Amino acid sequence: MSATILVKAAILVDGTRADILVSEGVIVKIGSGLSMPAGTSGAVTVIDGNGLTALPGLVDLHTHLREPGSEQSETILSGSRAAAIGGFTAVHAMANTSPVADTAGVVEQVMSLGDAAGYTTVRPVGAVTAGLAGLRLAEIGAMANSRARVRVFSDDGKCVSDALLMRRALEYVKTFDGVIAQHAQEPRLTEGAQMNEGTLSGQLGLAGWPAVAEESIIARDVLLAQHVGARLHVCHVSTAGSVDVIRWAKARGIRVTAEVTPHHLLLTEDLALNYDARFKVNPPLRRSEDVRALRNGLADGTIDIIATDHAPHPSEDKDCEWGAAAFGMVGLETALSVVHAAVVHTGHLSWTDVARVMSRVPAEIGRVPGYEFGIEIGAPANFTLYDSSVSRVFDTTMLHGKGQNSPYLASALPGQIIATIHRGYPTVLDGKLLSPEELAPYAGVNRG
Amino acid sequence: MRHLLTTKGLDRDTAIGILDVAEEMAEASARTVKKLPTLRGKTVVNLFFEDSTRTRISFEAAAKRLSADVINFAAKGSSVSKGESLKDTAQTLAAIGADAVVIRHPASGAPTVLARSGWIDAGIINAGDGTHEHPTQALLDAFTIRRRLHGDASRGKGLDGVTVTIVGDIVHSRVARSNVWLLTALGAVITLIAPATLLPIGVGHWPVAVGHSLDRALETNPDVVMMLRIQSERMQASFFPNAREYSRQWGLDDERMARLYPTTIVMHPGPINRGLEISSAAADSAQSTVLEQVTNGVSVRMAVLYLLLSGEREGLA
Ligand SMILES: [Zn+2]
Repeated sequence: MSATILVKAAILVDGTRADILVSEGVIVKIGSGLSMPAGTSGAVTVIDGNGLTALPGLVDLHTHLREPGSEQSETILSGSRAAAIGGFTAVHAMANTSPVADTAGVVEQVMSLGDAAGYTTVRPVGAVTAGLAGLRLAEIGAMANSRARVRVFSDDGKCVSDALLMRRALEYVKTFDGVIAQHAQEPRLTEGAQMNEGTLSGQLGLAGWPAVAEESIIARDVLLAQHVGARLHVCHVSTAGSVDVIRWAKARGIRVTAEVTPHHLLLTEDLALNYDARFKVNPPLRRSEDVRALRNGLADGTIDIIATDHAPHPSEDKDCEWGAAAFGMVGLETALSVVHAAVVHTGHLSWTDVARVMSRVPAEIGRVPGYEFGIEIGAPANFTLYDSSVSRVFDTTMLHGKGQNSPYLASALPGQIIATIHRGYPTVLDGKLLSPEELAPYAGVNRG
Repeated sequence: MRHLLTTKGLDRDTAIGILDVAEEMAEASARTVKKLPTLRGKTVVNLFFEDSTRTRISFEAAAKRLSADVINFAAKGSSVSKGESLKDTAQTLAAIGADAVVIRHPASGAPTVLARSGWIDAGIINAGDGTHEHPTQALLDAFTIRRRLHGDASRGKGLDGVTVTIVGDIVHSRVARSNVWLLTALGAVITLIAPATLLPIGVGHWPVAVGHSLDRALETNPDVVMMLRIQSERMQASFFPNAREYSRQWGLDDERMARLYPTTIVMHPGPINRGLEISSAAADSAQSTVLEQVTNGVSVRMAVLYLLLSGEREGLA
């Protein structure tokens, strides 16, 4: 079934108001006073966009969907729903599943399950090393040439710490226009690490995760990327020193891109004070100086994109002592609101910048087509409508994945996604997710 | 007092109040009939996720002298091996009707998690959590110092101007942390002595002086020298090269002992590695309080149990 959607009087990122007409999966008209074309058949939806900001569909370069293998934490369907309600129309599913996404078979399965769910485009990330074991390369070429056309490779969760293997990986993915997304964490410097290493970790008696363990890997990797002329992407940059290293690398013309998570833009290490494991994440929450440097780095372009590192866990993995708890927080549902609070409110980014760092550039890094021009006539209809005027106290009813491990529960956050349009059909309307049944006819037509 | 989780944040008056109650308890314990009926009908659970016979029997003796019922619960399971979870254990103890839970746990913060969880309503006493705190050890250390200095006139007094040098593995020591906060609150002046590898990052922000030379620290004739236990795994992890080098630089050996002022108190939380951080002669000397610390431990733990369970559970800490 094809859908025709007319959005009335939404606010585009440049501040102008416009109607947006979608037909057959494409934005066909943008202008004022648009109406439904005569003789429109199929499903027809009119959305009152008054007061809503229209953003191009958000693209997450760093999502843990947990399927296959940990379906009690998240499935591709449940994670896709969390993505849609967060305004995402494409997510990159990290490779640390079980089995690991290190073969064409697994990545094709992940993509197919994403298409079948229909809430968001699921782009599988391939492992860099077989089984994430850090010993030999995974079948990068097979994954790149598979139906899933993988372009992002990462052992995320683990660092490719062997310098020679990292060099080879950077060189090898050049063959396929791929990129290595490095989880920068020197393993020996972070054995048993629990939180940012500093005065607070010393007082709380929690083993420290020193900034240098991240910065030293980034420094090594940018030099390796320069040496072999490859593309490097740095996952979840968390320290002021890392921002400096990346700024230096970019000034030298090294092809490095970097991401920061919403939580590292807003939260600080002192939240560990009561040992509430919802705030345990890897890399850890850092100092307020780091948060400032990350915001400034994002504003000046040193950091290219925002990525969620959405990491769902079952409650028993958080409802325990800090040392036993799993690392990670869910983030898809809250990403845009947190970005709004952390960098839009503060004047670091405009909505045009948000569209760049949460849609166009992550798509470019991941080689996801269709996001080059944002909301434009002729572009695939992937966009979201955001009410920036509201403020909500965040609670578990607003979480739509399986994980409830959000650090924002009981906190007031600005804004709400009112509608998300994915491949020309709605996944969210009136602030509510469509049901899988409601989605089925659209998802089917776009499948495969 | 609702819980005793840390000494950080304990104010001077509260701390002196606990020490004064411990004086009462010590006095009662000195009588021929040691048992008090105070906590009859109360249930105290010793929940130990980590073996420590010394601490457990001290709490057990304290609870029994106050006529409480004592249940010893040796729980297995830690951050590494998935055993019974803290939550399940806590809910079990709540169902049993525990009034106080004395918890020893290898994970820093486990007592805090328990106290804030809502899984159990009992008063929680931290009996040592990871590398975080060991508040009753610090209280018994303060009690011991105060008694040595003031004898029967200890009641109501702080430790104003008392100089305390703490030596050894500060970074991994919950005893050191609890002592730093408590003794500082009581007015003592603290110096930490260790190789740089055994000092926590950020120690510069602690309310203490920091040095690396034990000899230089001893030249200042501190009132108290507190030696910390060194664990052999620290050598394997390259915190220092070997035991010989450690004891030469930071051990309280016979020669250093001979240089101490005769009034300097020598403390050790035990168990002792004789010949490593402290020589036998030093540990057994008249200046050593090692055994007094054990005796005082019971009085201090009686005081804490009493304050948690005798009805005045609102208000403090
Ligand atoms: Zn990661």
